[in-house]
Amino acid sequence: MTIFREPDYGTPKRTSSEMVTLVIDGDRVTVPAGTSVMRAAELAGNRIPKLCATDSLEPFGSCRLCLVEIEGRRGYPASCTTPVEAGMVVRTQSAKLAELRRGVMELYISDHPLDCLTCSANGNCELQDMAGVVGLREVRYGMEGRNHFDKASAVAPDVSNPYFAYDPAKCIVCNRCVRACEEIQGTFALTISGRGFDSRVAAGTNQSFLESECVSCGACVQACPTATLMEKSVIRMGQAEKSVITTCAYCGVGCSFKAEMKGNEVVRMVPHKDGKANMGHSCVKGRFAWGYATHPDRITTPMIRNSIDEPWRKVSWEEAINHAANEFRAIQVKYGRNAVGGITSSRCTNEETYLVQKLVRAAFGNNNVDTCARVCHSPTGYGLKQTLGESAGTQTFESVLQADVVMVIGANPTEGHPVFGSLLKRRLREGAKLIVVDPRSIELVKTPHVQADYHLKLMPGTNVAIANALAHVIVTEGLANEAFVAERCEEPSFRQWKDFVSRPENSPEATAAITGVPAAAVRGAARLYATGGNAAIYYGLGVTEHSQGSTMVMAIANLAMVTGNVGRMGVGVNPLRGQNNVQGSCDMGSFPHELPGYRHLSDVATRSEFEAAWGVSIDPEPGLRIPNMFEAALDGSFRGLYIEGEDIAQSDPNTQHVEAALRAMECVVVQDIFLNETAKYAHVFLPGSSFLEKDGTFTNAERRISRVRKVMPPLAGMADWEVTCALSKALGYPMDYAHPSEIMDEIARLTPTFHGVSFERIDELGSIQWPCNDEAPDGTPIMHVDHFVRGKGRFMLTAYIPTDERASRRFPLLLTTGRILSQYNVGAQTRRTANIVWHAEDRLEIHPHDAEERGIKDGDWVGVASRAGETVLRADVTERVQPGVVYTTFHFPESGANVITTDNSDWATNCPEYKVTAVQVMPVSQPSEWQQRHREFAARQQAYLQGRREAEKASVAKSAPERGKVDA
Amino acid sequence: MDIDNLVRMANRIGDYFSAYPDRNEAEASIARHIQMFWTPPMRRELLACVARDDGMHGMHTLVADAVRKHLAQPATASTGE
Repeated sequence: MTIFREPDYGTPKRTSSEMVTLVIDGDRVTVPAGTSVMRAAELAGNRIPKLCATDSLEPFGSCRLCLVEIEGRRGYPASCTTPVEAGMVVRTQSAKLAELRRGVMELYISDHPLDCLTCSANGNCELQDMAGVVGLREVRYGMEGRNHFDKASAVAPDVSNPYFAYDPAKCIVCNRCVRACEEIQGTFALTISGRGFDSRVAAGTNQSFLESECVSCGACVQACPTATLMEKSVIRMGQAEKSVITTCAYCGVGCSFKAEMKGNEVVRMVPHKDGKANMGHSCVKGRFAWGYATHPDRITTPMIRNSIDEPWRKVSWEEAINHAANEFRAIQVKYGRNAVGGITSSRCTNEETYLVQKLVRAAFGNNNVDTCARVCHSPTGYGLKQTLGESAGTQTFESVLQADVVMVIGANPTEGHPVFGSLLKRRLREGAKLIVVDPRSIELVKTPHVQADYHLKLMPGTNVAIANALAHVIVTEGLANEAFVAERCEEPSFRQWKDFVSRPENSPEATAAITGVPAAAVRGAARLYATGGNAAIYYGLGVTEHSQGSTMVMAIANLAMVTGNVGRMGVGVNPLRGQNNVQGSCDMGSFPHELPGYRHLSDVATRSEFEAAWGVSIDPEPGLRIPNMFEAALDGSFRGLYIEGEDIAQSDPNTQHVEAALRAMECVVVQDIFLNETAKYAHVFLPGSSFLEKDGTFTNAERRISRVRKVMPPLAGMADWEVTCALSKALGYPMDYAHPSEIMDEIARLTPTFHGVSFERIDELGSIQWPCNDEAPDGTPIMHVDHFVRGKGRFMLTAYIPTDERASRRFPLLLTTGRILSQYNVGAQTRRTANIVWHAEDRLEIHPHDAEERGIKDGDWVGVASRAGETVLRADVTERVQPGVVYTTFHFPESGANVITTDNSDWATNCPEYKVTAVQVMPVSQPSEWQQRHREFAARQQAYLQGRREAEKASVAKSAPERGKVDA
Repeated sequence: MDIDNLVRMANRIGDYFSAYPDRNEAEASIARHIQMFWTPPMRRELLACVARDDGMHGMHTLVADAVRKHLAQPATASTGE
């Protein structure tokens, strides 16, 4: 196995219905109109030397190395900026061109250090390659005189970014980094400062990379043809020796990466240019924050204990698994078959998730299985199934490039889904219109070269009122796509819905008092959405994590249907999934009421198929959802839980309630890579494996199934799927698979939307968007093209019902929560990387007016209290939030963001209402009681991990895990 | 399970379907939702609460009627309780 390097065609691909034929070096070449001569030559197999050109960036024409001769034209045009023309006759090689190119290279090299042998780019340097290609043999100008690299002239490298270094001495000012930052990432953090000889790359306003607005996506590093911008891991370790294509384990974009390796060690992760989800782009997490996988905190030995007040005891895999199985069986004998259950995670592969639900259904013999999608996108599954007929988004990410109007509701793509955020920004720079519906001023509202046409800055909890107002305008102003509705939707449901949204109480004027959004803005946004061409809705947890989460998802689907914005490129309903495999974990039947492929347990035909395949009878009744499990634990009817890859003690709402439920259980088995917050309440710890250590698949927000490929052996000796199989066997239900591909084969056999999926087929196509079966052998990029999956689209009524969490005299502010770019969810991964330089603690954003009223200054410690609990954070006084609203992230366990959130939940799915909690905020001088208890408990558990019986009170402070422990 | 919590959950389901003008449709939808997503013990507790008819922990009339009309049958096939 060697390093896989994608071909570089020099300039981007063009699509056109018009094809152009020309002659290059005597060969006829036919390419789409608009293609550059450089790309046409490369496609014909004639490579033209280049430095400033690369096919991820628009041509720039600065390096003058790609000169060619074109018959009938004077001079030597740059092939990168010259589009093909019919009948053109091009020569890419001649004595004159060779002389010119050598001359150009000579000038470049005269101001470049000749330290190739010790240079970090040695072996992967385009400058070096081009010097070789043009046959440079001498530098007539010598290396003396004014330059940028000798001791007297060189500026010290900027090593402020934890992941890459910038060495100006090696810069050839090709501008690729600057253009990558603009065109690919859309941050505009870089520029070329100075003129002539003084020209150098500069970050921000001549700041260090770390101080600048650089988001560390790595696009500049990727674009750099020299060692000017270089990964520190490569500087430290040298060039990699092999590469494996795999899928990122962070957000729901599901970026494809090349893991570049030396043996079993990752040298760097490079975004895969042919990856269809990310098209060669990445963000700071996937690109750089993978060091957690080998962090010293990883637990690699199974452990057991009888009580959470005892030290852990390291045991063999066999003992741990037998112990867990015996405990579960004993609980079932004593309290009944339904007294145990399992929770799987969106961080698990499809195959792992499938096995966990299979274990629960076949070995436990009940349906008490749930997944963390319960607390994020379960309303998406419910709402889209009810209206459109399938629990999934309708588009590919690339579809956004054909959108004319984009409505972003309750999502923050540039922070939460950064690679999609960059794609979206590109489309917006091209002129697409933008509507943002969010209580906060997210970056998209105003960012370089992008400004929202409408920002409906609503009060938290009033989404449905806004959606109804938008629908009201569309229907009452005659903007509905009546033809689409008549052809594609259920007439009675439309009529009923139309009457409903037309009511005066749903008008923007009436709802303004509820939402806080002026009626004129709502009317303008509705007209734009309905009449602006292809209109697409992208939404996130700001839609789903509400008491009316499912209602809002259905309201979104209604909007798309009434305007005919479903079933083609550029439109659709697009849930931005929080974690990498939210879609997949839901697809795999990990909800307690349904089998893989979203088929309810009560469906006899489906159940019979699984019963025949698994050789067991399956309970036809739904099992417990996660919050039901907590309730049942507290009433004593639920005693044992197998949790794979999920940290409910940190991520679920009302932490104290969750902790009490965990304490009430007799056997909690946690399978994870770290001793997470939940594991501190566990009795059995089974070491999990990171995404680098196993084979499988993830399914992203586009329904795209991509391969996860093992690049190193599991640190603990067993991959997660093997652990689940072993546990199932110990429970008396052996599951025999030799490889995860066999698990996928079983999924494909039993799931109609997956019938055509196999590892082999994914390898062949790169990735597959389900449904993939006989009707769609290559997958389905766009859903509901000719008809909805359910036949006719169904409009659902969406009355606005205020949440119980309302501002009151006692709790006058509304807290909403969200995510930040550099951290990921509970932070178990990113907190163990250098990403903490950007975000080392969760802070409470509060509007200056509310802060002043309470005597709070920026950076002050403030107590945040709700009816569920209290925690203490530092204040960030900012106008990003509106008066009456406060906001925080939830990446650090000690922040206790979920100590405050309540058990209020979505009516249909019990997805918690993280986005609205009534709180009071006051200045304080010490941590909250919960935080003090948590610190003490965490220190004791840490001591138990080291086998110590009791942590001395005096040592608590010393042994408490500190913030900022870094291993990049 | 905590009956107050179950009633609160049921009321929220009722709140959603109360938007439907046809009361029979609303009642049937509420019952179907509970049947599809609640475990049999949860359904039984709700049913018992309605049967006691002692204020029903604040259960909305629409929900109570839905439970009475459509959930009064014992839970189906499950044998695992």
